Amino acid sequence: MVKSEEELTWKDLEVGCVVSEAGNASQYKTGDWRSMRPVWDSTKCIRCGVCYIFCPDMAIHKTDEGYFEADLYYCKGCGICAQECITRCITMVEEEE
Amino acid sequence: MGERVGIEVSLAAAEAVKMANVDVIAAYPITPQTHIVEHLSELVADGELDAEFIPVESEHSAMSVCCGSSAVGARTFTCTSSQGLALMNEIVFIAASLRLPIVMILANRSMSGPLSIWNDHTDVMSIRDCGWIQVFTENGQEVFDHVMFAFRVAESASVSLPIIINLDGFVLTHVIEPIEFWDDETVKKYLPDFKPVNQLHPDNPVTMGAFGLPSIFTEAKKAQNEALIQAKPEILKAWKEMGDLVGRHYQPVETYHAEGSETVFLTMGSFGETVSVAVDELRNQGKSVGQIKLRLWRPFPFDEFREAVRGIKRIIVLDRAVSFGGPGGPVASEIRSVLYQEENMPTITNFLCGFAGRDVTAQDYIAMYEQAEQMAQGRVRQEDYIIYGVRE
Repeated sequence: MVKSEEELTWKDLEVGCVVSEAGNASQYKTGDWRSMRPVWDSTKCIRCGVCYIFCPDMAIHKTDEGYFEADLYYCKGCGICAQECITRCITMVEEEE
Repeated sequence: MGERVGIEVSLAAAEAVKMANVDVIAAYPITPQTHIVEHLSELVADGELDAEFIPVESEHSAMSVCCGSSAVGARTFTCTSSQGLALMNEIVFIAASLRLPIVMILANRSMSGPLSIWNDHTDVMSIRDCGWIQVFTENGQEVFDHVMFAFRVAESASVSLPIIINLDGFVLTHVIEPIEFWDDETVKKYLPDFKPVNQLHPDNPVTMGAFGLPSIFTEAKKAQNEALIQAKPEILKAWKEMGDLVGRHYQPVETYHAEGSETVFLTMGSFGETVSVAVDELRNQGKSVGQIKLRLWRPFPFDEFREAVRGIKRIIVLDRAVSFGGPGGPVASEIRSVLYQEENMPTITNFLCGFAGRDVTAQDYIAMYEQAEQMAQGRVRQEDYIIYGVRE
C-alpha cells in the first residue's frame, strides 16, 4: 500500500496529480466526515435489509447472524438508514470526539 | 535552410503551426488574432493540413477542447486575445495544473473598457500567475521560430507544461515582414513526435483533474511551481539547438549595448525595436544608455536578469498595463522585487505607455530618458511610476 495522503510529499505526486491506479477511491476514508453514527437495536430489527438497500455509500453489510451494521471507515453518518428503517431500530448517536 | 518570404506575420504563424504538424486546433475568432486561426482553418479545409479544426462557440470551450485533445495525446494549438483570454481564464489555470502541453499564441490586446481592439499587455498581465511558460516576441521571425520552440519545450517529457507566445496585436500580427521559413527537414530534426507523460487511453485508464483535499493541495502547488522553475534547462537547450540549426540565438534576457551603460531601458515585445532606435540616437549624443529585453517572462530568469543589470545605475522599465491602485506597472513591480535584496540596487523609473495601440516613437523614448535623467539629478521628484504622455 502506498503512503497515506497525509504522508505524501510534493515529490511523491504524479505529474499533474493524475490518478494512475484504478479503483483507489476505496482508500478514501469518508468515515471522518461523520458527526453521528448509526446504532442498531437487535431486539427491534427484523433483518429486512432496507438500511442496506438505502445506504448511498454501500457502507452497511450483513453480519453472520443476519443483522446489519455500518463499516465506520466509510459511513458518513448521513442518517438515511435510520430514516428508512421500518421498525425504527436504528438510532443516530452523537460521536464523542 | 528554408525560403525567405514576405508574408503577414499572422499567416506566417499559421504556416509555422502547420509545419509543426499540429493535430488539433480549437479556437474562436477575436481581433487581432483572427488571421492566424482563419488561415489555419483554410489550410485544414483545403486539405493542406491533416488536423481537426474545431470551431467552438466560445473561448471557454476552445480551451476546454484543448485540454481534452492534449490529454489524449494530440498536438494541440489555440490562439486568442484580450476578452477571449478572459473568457478562457478558468481553463487556462487548469491546463497548467494538469500539465497539458498546449501551445497558445496570444495576440496581445487591451482589456476593455473602454472597448478597444488595439494592442497593449493588459491581457497577458491578467494571467501572470496562471502557471504557463510565457515568452515575448519582437518581430515576425521570432514568432515563427517560437512556434517550433513552443511545441518542442511544452511537450518535452521533463517539462509537460502549456506555453504562451506573446506577440503584439496589429503592430506584429497585421504587418508584412520578410520571414525565413524552416524547411521540413529542420522541423523534423528539431521537433520530435509528441509522447505525452500522461494520456487518457482505454488501455491504461487514468483520472485527470481529480479532487484535491487541503491535506494534499499545498504539495500539489509546490510540485507545480517546481515544474515551471525546472522547465528552464529545457528552454535554454531548445534555444541553443535552434541557434545551431537556424542561426538565430535567443536568450531569456537579451541585451543591446547594456554592458557598461549607466542607464538601460527594459522592454518586452515589439517596443524593443523602437527602443533600440532611441538607444542608438542617445548613444550618438554621447549618453551612456543601453537596453535589456526580457524574452522569458515565466519562469522568470532571475540569474540572467541579475547578471544583465550588474553595474547599471538606472533601469527605465516600460509597462504596457496598469496595476490600478498598485505600486506601478506589473513589470516594474516585479523588477523592484527581483532586485530588492541586491547590493547597489539600481533606481527603477517606471513609465506606463502605449496603452491600447497609442503609438510610442523613438522620440518619446528619448523624452522618457531625459525625464529619468532629471529625476536622477534631483530636479524632478522621483515618482513610483509615470503615465507617459497623458493629457493632464
